[in-house]
Amino acid sequence: MNPFSAILLRDMRLATRAGGSAALALAFFAAVATLVPLGVGSDLHLLSRIAGGVLWIAAVLAALLSLDRLFQSDFEDGSLDLIALSPLSLESMSFAKITAHWLTTGLPLTLLSPLLGVLFGLPPAGYAPLMLSLAIGTPAVSAIGAIGAALTLSIRRGGLILPFIVLPLLAPAVIFGSGAVLGALDGLSNGAFWLLGAFSLVTVLLAPFAAAAAVRLNLAG
Amino acid sequence: MASIFEFANPKRFMNLSGTVLPWLAAASALTIIVGLYLGFTAPPDYQQGDTVRIMFIHVPAAWVAMMCYGLMAIASLLGLVNRHPLADVAAKSAAPLGALFTALALITGSLWGKPMWGAYWVWDARLTSFLLLLFLYLGYIALWNAIEDETRAARAAAILALVGVVNLPIIEFSVDWWNTLHQGESIIRSGGPLISAVFLWPLGLMAVGYTTLFFTLWMIRIRTEIINRRARALQLGIA
Repeated sequence: MNPFSAILLRDMRLATRAGGSAALALAFFAAVATLVPLGVGSDLHLLSRIAGGVLWIAAVLAALLSLDRLFQSDFEDGSLDLIALSPLSLESMSFAKITAHWLTTGLPLTLLSPLLGVLFGLPPAGYAPLMLSLAIGTPAVSAIGAIGAALTLSIRRGGLILPFIVLPLLAPAVIFGSGAVLGALDGLSNGAFWLLGAFSLVTVLLAPFAAAAAVRLNLAG
Repeated sequence: MASIFEFANPKRFMNLSGTVLPWLAAASALTIIVGLYLGFTAPPDYQQGDTVRIMFIHVPAAWVAMMCYGLMAIASLLGLVNRHPLADVAAKSAAPLGALFTALALITGSLWGKPMWGAYWVWDARLTSFLLLLFLYLGYIALWNAIEDETRAARAAAILALVGVVNLPIIEFSVDWWNTLHQGESIIRSGGPLISAVFLWPLGLMAVGYTTLFFTLWMIRIRTEIINRRARALQLGIA
């Protein structure tokens, strides 16, 4: 097995087995989405309008929740040093970890989203755009989140600072993602899917380099 | 711990900035005083009345806030690539000033918004992207403060600043796009393309005043940081 898929599979196993974060992120996603109608009222017309935005925000929060473990546990137990010594570049390692994070959070969230869409009274015509926007956009969440996770690696209680530095950077994903769902409901072709796709591609392409640089500085010295 | 005075440039910087600083501060005070005077004696705008005067303290703050992020990113790049400690110090010292000017732009903007739009806050594209800019600044400061090791903090913050500078135009664009999607027509942007000389002069002077004020404060902050580090290095030497 090549080192890339070794790290990918290892991270996925860690996320899905006991104590892993994948199932918890999913439950958190559902819990946040459930709290929203309790807060804003049960008017289904209103809920159907805000469904896209609420589910997008919930997805971002759920993905962020599992990010601080992305490099942290490997850093603490020394695995990251060993990975750094391996022939695999830190850039590839970061890309493998981003991919594993997306496969264990972004993808399940995407698959669960239509169910929560039903709870929000989202018209059936909105299910496909909702899933598509989450599928296209959540890789950007994992990618930018990985930069934040790598930057806050050496901070012992990085739990709060990580979302704080990552959330403003994720504004375009939330805007285009929820805009795509709303546009599809209103029958507008506003190009949101393309913009979201472009944002996602650029971040997934560049994030491994930034994350690797951040990991490198934390390993040095 | 290697003292940064092993490098020649901080020393040269201290000498140079010590000479320039009083002149820069005086220029800033002068242009701001004259700019404010012209701003207050300018005739009221036929549409906006006296509220147009807020422009003179609002628009330059917004310009400086953006310029500061650019300078911080350049300093971060120099610090990251050339490993120059003065660049790290410059980037670190710029961030709180940038946050301050961003907050100033937001506050004066919302004070302007109350008479113009009838609300202190509307989700106007520029206000929204400035709020996000403020969060970027605060995140940068928080990251720097959270990492104990000085060089490690400098590099981590530099990476964040560079990620931010790549992302800022995208954020700007996305917020503009979002704004036109949601509520474009409800807002009449003030200012307009035709701005007469009575407004242009105080605005220009205030822009020069704010910019020189920023550079004055930045220089003072860099000097303070260098002196602090020298004091710390001396302390460690004694202990």
